[in-house]
Amino acid sequence: MPSRLSYPYHDRLLSKKKSIKKELLSQENFIEKNIAVLGGSTTSEIINILDLYLLKNGIKASFYESEYNKYYEDALFENPELEAFKPDVIYIHTTQVNLIHTPHTANTLEEIEQLFEKELQRYTSIWKGLEKYNCALIQNNFDLPPERSMGNLDFYDPHGKVNFIHRLNQAFAHEAYARKNLYINDINYLSSSVGLDTWFNKNYWYGYKYAVSYDAIPMLSHNLSNIINAIYGKTKKCLVLDLDNTCWGGVIGDDGLDNIQIGSETAIAEAFSAFQQYAKDLKDRGITLAVCSKNDFANAKEGFTHPDSILKFEDFTSFKANWDPKFQNMIEIAKEINIGIDSLVFVDDNPVERDIVSSQVPHVSVPDVGDDITEYIAHLDKGGYFEPIALLEDDTQRNKYYEDNKKRLDEEAQYTTYDDFLLSLDMQAEIKPFSPVYLDRITQLTNKTNQFNLTTKRYTFAEIENMASSDAYITLYGKLSDKFGDNGLISIIIGEIKEQTCHIDLWLMSCRVLKRGMEEAMLDALVHACQTSNIKTIIGYYYKTNKNSMVEDLFAKFGFSLQTQNGEDSIWELSIKSYQQKQKNIRVNDE
Amino acid sequence: MSREEIFSKVQDIFRDIFDEDDLVIEDTTSSDDLEDWDSLNHINLVSAIEKEFKIRFALGELQSLKDVGAMIDLMVKKLS
Repeated sequence: MPSRLSYPYHDRLLSKKKSIKKELLSQENFIEKNIAVLGGSTTSEIINILDLYLLKNGIKASFYESEYNKYYEDALFENPELEAFKPDVIYIHTTQVNLIHTPHTANTLEEIEQLFEKELQRYTSIWKGLEKYNCALIQNNFDLPPERSMGNLDFYDPHGKVNFIHRLNQAFAHEAYARKNLYINDINYLSSSVGLDTWFNKNYWYGYKYAVSYDAIPMLSHNLSNIINAIYGKTKKCLVLDLDNTCWGGVIGDDGLDNIQIGSETAIAEAFSAFQQYAKDLKDRGITLAVCSKNDFANAKEGFTHPDSILKFEDFTSFKANWDPKFQNMIEIAKEINIGIDSLVFVDDNPVERDIVSSQVPHVSVPDVGDDITEYIAHLDKGGYFEPIALLEDDTQRNKYYEDNKKRLDEEAQYTTYDDFLLSLDMQAEIKPFSPVYLDRITQLTNKTNQFNLTTKRYTFAEIENMASSDAYITLYGKLSDKFGDNGLISIIIGEIKEQTCHIDLWLMSCRVLKRGMEEAMLDALVHACQTSNIKTIIGYYYKTNKNSMVEDLFAKFGFSLQTQNGEDSIWELSIKSYQQKQKNIRVNDE
Repeated sequence: MSREEIFSKVQDIFRDIFDEDDLVIEDTTSSDDLEDWDSLNHINLVSAIEKEFKIRFALGELQSLKDVGAMIDLMVKKLS
């Protein structure tokens, strides 16, 4: 993986992009997406660099680029070219240079209010105009202007442009929070992060109409790619931490518990505490934590009993402290948590360990954090590995599911038959057609489930919403709870009805409820729904990916007969006339 | 830095931008001679040169230059 594409942004990225692109294209298993860029200023180089970042994460994009500064026209008027392009994502690249209705010192407050409404409405009408494409919209908020003629007053007097922009950004935040398909590319933060003088270069603006300087383009494109990654479920799921000189200063095995640096006694201890707090914040919003350390297990565990340690042993879902090579532990961690190895991000102060992991298991992300504790957070944060598209209750609950699962595994050992164990779990499921409150979670699950996923089709919120309200589809979601806790919404089926036949367009399930009878319960529910709609046959599709081999036999196991084998893909048929209900250990919809 | 050194570094930058390892430029080379030397690559060239030599071209300074030789002459002046 070209390291130039990792944070910090590499100066030579812009000039070396052709050779970088060739290298990236040699990877396999790309998903293909159509991305339309509607620009209020020149966008060519933004697209070129975005292309590289997306390729790095396995997304091969085709681009549509609006004519220079034709974003508004492209969005609001008939546009056969854009319609034919069928965008999956539309990015609206507008910045402070595109503001039209800005206040003037001669304006009355009422007039400024009207200007504000007018300016905001330009954007709400763009978003509305683009709704027909049923795709994700990414909208820049506004950067601040390079000058402020009213000085500091520009910020707090309503006549100030700075004041005006802050208000617009607030309104954008409000709109994006309320709309499901609108994502904000926070250039206000990005420009602050590099500084306005670096962000905006007048030569490039007057000379070439670039509203973002060449120096800032890699950062901008990277940030955009993070949002697109998140939309398509490519966000990382687990942060794996080394211990000595990563989670605390010093070596626990040599220095002992009393002498490691954590807490607020010294500058170094404070910096390590800040890093632990950052990891804890990630955990609290649903990122799983793991340890991978060359250490004696007892010593390693003891480190987290330090009274000033923010992280506790219980915060880690997987804890590997041993003397095995770290890349082997990485594989074990992924297996234990039941996620793909490409969902791991590894932080270690030791460059040799980083190198071994990134060379032996190249799908693990290994940021080059250096050995200065004050830099670690920036590498994780600006790297964008854990970019979320929304905070869902399910995310904040996820770590609890894994903990509950541990208890279930302990219990499993006590029962003589697996059926006995399942019965003892006292499971209750809710399996019903999609309803509005769950569409967020359904979209999220659709875009991130890789293993138990028969077709691995990805859909946007709008597409899911359409299918939910269409008579041509049977949609089912499944929620499962048991005596240890609620697993939340964990399974989805979408069937398309054509001539008394139901084609299973999507069938997926979260692996945390694997082999609990939920897969059978979902099929039972689908058959039941088909029967009430007078459907005779169900057709199942298995599309092989490099992650879903666990379900390649699923249709065979459930009594479907093979119709067509096409390489590693296959099509299956089930006649439902003589279908027998398959699962018996879960109470469904409180029957 | 001598004119030759500057010229050689500029040639490397051209090779990077146009992705041609054996590209040879001359004082008389102009955008008419290189098919890929369009307005976009022109910006890439300017940006890479500004970075590499830590110089800045003023607005409009490049517009009147007719070929690579004239640009190098301007750079020699800026770097002296």
